Amino acid sequence: MTNQKNGEKKFAWAKKDLLGLEYLSKEEIEFILYTAEGFKEVTTRQIKKVPALRGKTVMNLFYEPSTRTRTSFELAAKRLSADVINISTESSSVRKGETLIDTGKNIEALKIDVIVVRHNCSGAPNILARAVRSSIVNAGDGWHEHPTQALLDMFTLKSKLGKIDGLNVSIIGDIAHSRVCRSNIWGLTKLGAKVTVCAPKILIPDGIEKMGVRITNDLDDALKGADAINVLRMQLERDLGDAFPSRLEYFKQYGITSERLEKCKKDIVVMHPGPINRGIEMSSEVADGPNSVILEQVTNGIAVRMAVLYLVTHAKREAA
Amino acid sequence: MDPEAINKALERIAHEIIEEFKSVEDIAIIGIKNRGAYLGQRLAVKIEQIFGRKPNIGALDITLYRDDLTQASEQPVVHATEIGFDIDDKKIILVDDVLFTGRTIRCALDALIDFGRPAKIQLAVLIDRGHRELPIKADYVGKNIPTSLKEVVEVRLKEADGKDEVVLCEKL
Repeated sequence: MTNQKNGEKKFAWAKKDLLGLEYLSKEEIEFILYTAEGFKEVTTRQIKKVPALRGKTVMNLFYEPSTRTRTSFELAAKRLSADVINISTESSSVRKGETLIDTGKNIEALKIDVIVVRHNCSGAPNILARAVRSSIVNAGDGWHEHPTQALLDMFTLKSKLGKIDGLNVSIIGDIAHSRVCRSNIWGLTKLGAKVTVCAPKILIPDGIEKMGVRITNDLDDALKGADAINVLRMQLERDLGDAFPSRLEYFKQYGITSERLEKCKKDIVVMHPGPINRGIEMSSEVADGPNSVILEQVTNGIAVRMAVLYLVTHAKREAA
Repeated sequence: MDPEAINKALERIAHEIIEEFKSVEDIAIIGIKNRGAYLGQRLAVKIEQIFGRKPNIGALDITLYRDDLTQASEQPVVHATEIGFDIDDKKIILVDDVLFTGRTIRCALDALIDFGRPAKIQLAVLIDRGHRELPIKADYVGKNIPTSLKEVVEVRLKEADGKDEVVLCEKL
């Protein structure tokens, strides 16, 4: 099949990095989701490994604790036959004061093909991407973006409802401190969904309306007419101080319960990036109920990350 | 080749397959995406017309197994593989449009073997244009077309291109 063929889906992926959905076009996002379909099938096989990244090395460089994202990336890389190295900064030279760029240059000198980076500072992956030739994949930076999470949310949504265009999607919870929320807004609006954000006033950041979303402080308003909701995790470990009086108070006003779901569209899709705080953002009944796709999100995350690793690795060479 | 000739060639391949296997039970037709998959479907329909039963049918995407991923000037698009049955102990007929260097078939064999252990794998192609770079040979050939390396064989199928034809053109 070395022949040039007509009429096939053609798209040249040209970006060596995935830094955020803000920087991608609608076509690029759709192409990642399309490519992920192919990898989804790979993850259902008995032998879940393909040789597409044989001989490549992927490094997980995590400046923040993470289990699910790191594991998901590690599995994705391994299923592509890449070698994987995990670095968490608690046990690395970062403790000795090495700068981000120096760390990046050292990793590049080790001939690592892809660096998956999570950092507590917004924009850290962008700095790294400019400094090194290796591909950089953002696995969450500060309050900025978490593109693969948003991609897997959209992938799940699309596989459940068949499309993204025209859907009403409400994002509920700590909008102010959520990179998942920001990436979702960028992606969903580019693909034509109507996005509503819902939270107590204090958790709605200034200027978020400029991203093209509707704002509400009333949960019932956010649920009405929604085709899907994405419930964000209350980041209890990031001292939210006086953001709301008590966890119980928050659950009363903003917690998703089965009573509330009964008033929604019957087949409303309930998503959550995990880990769930049961009894704070949503009740266990909802989390484990028929509308919840939370565990499908986890499964789809591997396919989406395989697609991303595959695309950035093979894009880079063209640019070089 | 015109639509009539393509149809005739597939019909003949279908008959040859039936001759070889005599039963539809344990055979499976697996087309290589994209055009091989369409040809595989057509072949399955023809076998059904003769046997009265449709064989197992699947479609294989070999992108992730390609040996030129790092060299291809244009990044190949990954599609989903669709094999909805167990291939263990099946007699598989791989189907593709053009047999050229043999590298696609090498990828397809690697990919298939990741799905299980078939009893046998055979190869059916619409066009054999020669110039093999690997020791691979087709069991069923629609038409042998001697070509030069400067030429390109384009197979166009209704499902993908709106019309059925095979044309030989000069490489641009």
